[in-house]
Amino acid sequence: MSLPAVELRGLRKSFGDTPVLRGVDFEINRGEVFALLGSNGAGKTTTVNICSTLVKASGGQALVCGFDVAHQGAQVRQRISLTGQFAAVDGVLSGRENLTLMARLRGLDRRKEVVDELLDRFGLQEAANRRVDTYSGGMARRLDLAMSLVGRPEVIFLDEPTNGLDPEGRLEVWRIVQDLADQGVTVLLTTQQLEEAEKLAHRIAILHGGRIIASGTLAELRRLFPPPRIEYVEKQPSLEEIFLAIIAAGAPGAGEGGGAHEDGA
Amino acid sequence: MKTARDTSALLGRSLRHILRSPDTIITVTIVPVMMMLLFVYVFGGAINTGSEKYIDYLLPGIILIAIASGVSYTALRIFFDQQKGLMGRFRSMPIPRAAILWAHVLTSLVSNAISVAVIVLIALAMGFRPRADPLEWLAAIGIVALFTLALTWLAIIPGLTAKSVDGAAAFSYPLVFLPFVSSAFVPTATMPGPVRAFAENQPVTAIVETLRSLLSGDPGAAPIWTALVWCGGIGLVACLVAVRTYSRSA
Repeated sequence: MSLPAVELRGLRKSFGDTPVLRGVDFEINRGEVFALLGSNGAGKTTTVNICSTLVKASGGQALVCGFDVAHQGAQVRQRISLTGQFAAVDGVLSGRENLTLMARLRGLDRRKEVVDELLDRFGLQEAANRRVDTYSGGMARRLDLAMSLVGRPEVIFLDEPTNGLDPEGRLEVWRIVQDLADQGVTVLLTTQQLEEAEKLAHRIAILHGGRIIASGTLAELRRLFPPPRIEYVEKQPSLEEIFLAIIAAGAPGAGEGGGAHEDGA
Repeated sequence: MKTARDTSALLGRSLRHILRSPDTIITVTIVPVMMMLLFVYVFGGAINTGSEKYIDYLLPGIILIAIASGVSYTALRIFFDQQKGLMGRFRSMPIPRAAILWAHVLTSLVSNAISVAVIVLIALAMGFRPRADPLEWLAAIGIVALFTLALTWLAIIPGLTAKSVDGAAAFSYPLVFLPFVSSAFVPTATMPGPVRAFAENQPVTAIVETLRSLLSGDPGAAPIWTALVWCGGIGLVACLVAVRTYSRSA
């Protein structure tokens, strides 16, 4: 158990002459939710793609569960799953067919049970036999995440999982990540939303200019800043809080993931 | 073993695409069929191909045109898989990478086989009368399959590298035109020198003439080895380039 789930040492990557990663180091412990925070183009996706064996690093080393992604790709792929920035689902197939395909490719027996369990857990049972083209953005993202969980991978890479979701969809994804954390799954999460990292991650690393410029728990990061001054400010509800309160009042059971309230975008 | 199992899982997926959007088969079939009608009933009477009935002369070229436009759907399917992130998902899973490409290749073979079968049935209704024995039929089917295989591997390259849908589909236009500058529609004898030289030495002519002689039950005249070398050579080179592109691409 002492072996870190993910370990990056001096990881470098250039595309042509443009360096994207200039020596990235961090470790993720087993069972940890680790947020990689950075603005657009900071190299978060590149880091995730190297860890999931899609892109070769230009230098340095990346180990996943002790296996080198450069030479032991097959062993790495046995233990991980990747959820990219856009829901990677097959729109022509139904939700059930998408999950069954994943179960077949993961070589699972008792596929029907596995698929049914995930459909239940992600509130997709009703829509299970519909073509995924007809799903709303939030539903497609839930299916996408469910597909990543087939076969219980040890390490899950979530690349901006709330990208393009409405506030409700975002809360749902957050619940799913918290669930994963409770089950002891290791999660590497990239995000540009500070709130998301604050809410979900045990530890946070800030990627900027191709390097990790700060990392640690939220408390540790807070210590990097000047001590807080106490001010009294009237607390106004944010538009998001108002929006969520209104739709929760208007639609009983909203946010439970039935999909009936979603606009089918 | 794992490769075969995963290939069949992924093949099942893309065959569902074809079954659920039969428009791909219809689109691939309709233009060649229209061309066949046009050439047989409008131009055909004025074309002198010797003793052969014009539809017997024409059909092999029509089949090649159908396949050349059919494989562009392989490019499109691969392009969309890349764009939607499905390719990334598959590639980060414990699946032999060959399985992902082979599933697309086999899908192309199946869907082109359906298109070609439809075209041959229509040709039969229009008076196409093959005189091939079973062995010659088998040889003709083999050449068509090999041609499909070669062009499919060729189609995978733009599928992987294209930056837009149009780019992924555009590569097939010159392939569709190649039969016009060959002996597919008219004998090469009346073409001016340089055009004729090109027509007689490009792959379509060898393949068309092989198919024509096999189907008319006269394989002695067929440039069958030239056809095989063209198909095999194009397929092999395209396959190597496609696999290389695939293992390097993100």
